[in-house]
Amino acid sequence: MNELLAHFKQLTPTGYLFWILAFVTVLSAIVVVTARNPIHSVLALIATFFCLSGHYVLLNAQFLAAVNIIVYAGAIMVLFLFTIMFLNLRKEDEESKTSLAKIAAVIVGGTLMVLMLGIFKAAQVGSYNAIAFDAKTGLVENLGMVLYGDYLLPFELASVLFLVAMVGAVMLGKREAGDRHF
Amino acid sequence: MQPTQQVLIPEVIQQIPLNYYLIFSTALFVIGIIGVLTRRNAIIIFMSIELMLNAVNMLLIAFSSYKSDPTGQVFVFFIMAVAAAEVAVGLAIIVMIYRNTRSIDIGALNKLKW
Repeated sequence: MNELLAHFKQLTPTGYLFWILAFVTVLSAIVVVTARNPIHSVLALIATFFCLSGHYVLLNAQFLAAVNIIVYAGAIMVLFLFTIMFLNLRKEDEESKTSLAKIAAVIVGGTLMVLMLGIFKAAQVGSYNAIAFDAKTGLVENLGMVLYGDYLLPFELASVLFLVAMVGAVMLGKREAGDRHF
Repeated sequence: MQPTQQVLIPEVIQQIPLNYYLIFSTALFVIGIIGVLTRRNAIIIFMSIELMLNAVNMLLIAFSSYKSDPTGQVFVFFIMAVAAAEVAVGLAIIVMIYRNTRSIDIGALNKLKW
């Protein structure tokens, strides 16, 4: 505890920004899981993604911060919102699981958290290397060289994956002859 | 690159130990697990899975930035690409479930239970 207090004393505004962002991220993640209305869940998830993008910017990974906003907060969340509105779920209020199942789930999650914290105490993650540090790691120039050099084949395979996913989504979503209309 | 160039280390990396990122990502991941286990709405379960994916992304980027290794960030790029494809197919499956059972409560999907 004293260690944490000493840690707070030596923070600059950027350090405080990390704590504020982390707090907001965890809070909106909890809202995602607990909100009654699915629309509120989606909005909280968008807030979580924006906060995570803020973390990426703080870590000097600007390219992935931009990709995160475009892909997650843009494309994926629009799909989620569209599906929720398309399915018109307002009339049925979801009856939740029994409180026993909920308590069991929280115990399982808490056990995992405690277990991981115990592991982190023993693990040696190290810290940054001040001499060999490269502040340009997360910039487009550097990532592009790696992506189109060492990882060219997975990059091309990702396009095949997208094609398959597109065909699969169209095939699953298509209405067949005997299906109901809604 | 000149040897005299001043090395700029982001302030967050100087001040926040890598351990705090581990704890933060684990918290996000555990929240996702609790969401999967407690909710019955298929879309919210799906969103909890996205939350877990993002916790892992966060950790990969933190390690990659602290150790100045761009490979971790390339992995995150691929995870995002695969997640986008996964969401498209998953939501199509949820729409199909809704079409067949008129609800997205996973309690209705018990044919494979026993």
